[in-house]
Amino acid sequence: MLTLEDYVARIEGTCGEEKDVIVIFKYEKKGEAIAKILKKSKTKKSISGIIFELTYNNISFRLYGTGKAIFRSIKDKNELQRILSELLL
Amino acid sequence: MLNPYKLREDFPILKRKINNHPLIYFDNAASSQKPKQVIEAIKNFYENHNANVHRAVHTLSQEASELYENAHEEVAKFINAEGIEEIIFVRGTTEAINLVAYAWGLHNLTKDDEVIVSLMEHHSNIVPWEILSRINGFNIKYAEINDDGTLNYEALERIISKKTKIVCISHVSNFSGVINNVKKVAKIAHEYGALTLIDGAQSVPHLPIDVKDLDVDFLAFSGHKMLGPTGIGALYGKHEILEKMEPFQGGGEMIREVSFNQAMKHCSITWNDLPWKFEAGTPNISGGVGFMEAVKYLQRIGMENVKAHECKLTQYALQRMQECRKVKIYGTTDVSVKCGIIPFNVEGLSSHDVALFLDNYGIMIRSGFHCVQPLHQVLELKSSTRASFYIYNTPEEVDRFIEVLKEIEQV
Repeated sequence: MLTLEDYVARIEGTCGEEKDVIVIFKYEKKGEAIAKILKKSKTKKSISGIIFELTYNNISFRLYGTGKAIFRSIKDKNELQRILSELLL
Repeated sequence: MLNPYKLREDFPILKRKINNHPLIYFDNAASSQKPKQVIEAIKNFYENHNANVHRAVHTLSQEASELYENAHEEVAKFINAEGIEEIIFVRGTTEAINLVAYAWGLHNLTKDDEVIVSLMEHHSNIVPWEILSRINGFNIKYAEINDDGTLNYEALERIISKKTKIVCISHVSNFSGVINNVKKVAKIAHEYGALTLIDGAQSVPHLPIDVKDLDVDFLAFSGHKMLGPTGIGALYGKHEILEKMEPFQGGGEMIREVSFNQAMKHCSITWNDLPWKFEAGTPNISGGVGFMEAVKYLQRIGMENVKAHECKLTQYALQRMQECRKVKIYGTTDVSVKCGIIPFNVEGLSSHDVALFLDNYGIMIRSGFHCVQPLHQVLELKSSTRASFYIYNTPEEVDRFIEVLKEIEQV
């Protein structure tokens, strides 16, 4: 059974008042992760098919074709893990 | 004149592609890339000369010791210090500042004293003093800055007093690239009998430095920001001040003698000569060798040429960034008083969004607080994006950066 660890390489809290969280997907799984996320979330905007402005359950985030995603206004680690689980698993 | 296209051939990493785009490295204020000469010097050390220094009589140890001492000598010449007695090798700028805080501050600052730092300081020139003030109880005063990010010298003169024992100021701001007149700061401080500690992390790699002319008492800088390896840097200190200071850490190398007194049941210890008195334990020898090679590389180019190249490139970047209508640049845009650092934000986007967007196109820049949170608070910024240049950056890379910035503005 797949777990978040199968998809996520690193989760980086950023410095700055915004408290953005950056999720870096595993290189070999990034294509699969991006496809799953795009399928489950709503695309507000796509730029050249490599950068996607998305929303999922009122959470807005941006997904990059390089296998990185930036989440804004995330309450805590638990909320992020819940969202990622819903999107990926 | 510096030829960045020719120099780029020395930097293997610059041939890399990131996300299928040629690497554009604009995060030089965080760390510089390394030329093959530095990489080779470290490799050569490990392959041919590796041994501990100042410990043994055998050939390898003698060779390693000579290389390590030569490294101090090269760094001393680079900043026009008197000699190796004034150059202490440390892990980097942060450790150099901590060395001054603990080896000088701990023994010389009392509750009635004052330490001045500026509001543009990197956390590494704030936190050690804040920690020490909790131990010794002295007061820390923060020197204000002007709206354009330059140091407010009048404000500095207003807060300095006979109680001030040390003034700790960045030579170049790691946020705005603004160059502070540290010669003037040293003159003001000395009039009040205070010492000066200059954070040279962003100045020594980019400007010609003459510590005698500047007349500063301490200068801290890192090797990795000036083409050298990580984990090595230097603290310059005036000989007579270092001589009077207590050691920073205890261990091998920093002592001349540890003699056990049978009657008293304790050891009496005498310190080693400068600079070894401040270099406890086995040092970062290969790092020192790499640092020396980096300094030699910069000397061959000439620091006036380094400065001129960055000045020209920064001016070009600032001019082209004006084309981006959603980009807001912070700090002065007068390149005669700033190094190659440009802090900015793109309207409607967080700094991390901008950095990730640029990363997508192989452009590496920094986002966040850059370890200068107090300055961000003063400027009422949530965070910022920072592009910083070095000798191998080109106008064509700036053009590509602008092209992507314009694309970001469409988001």
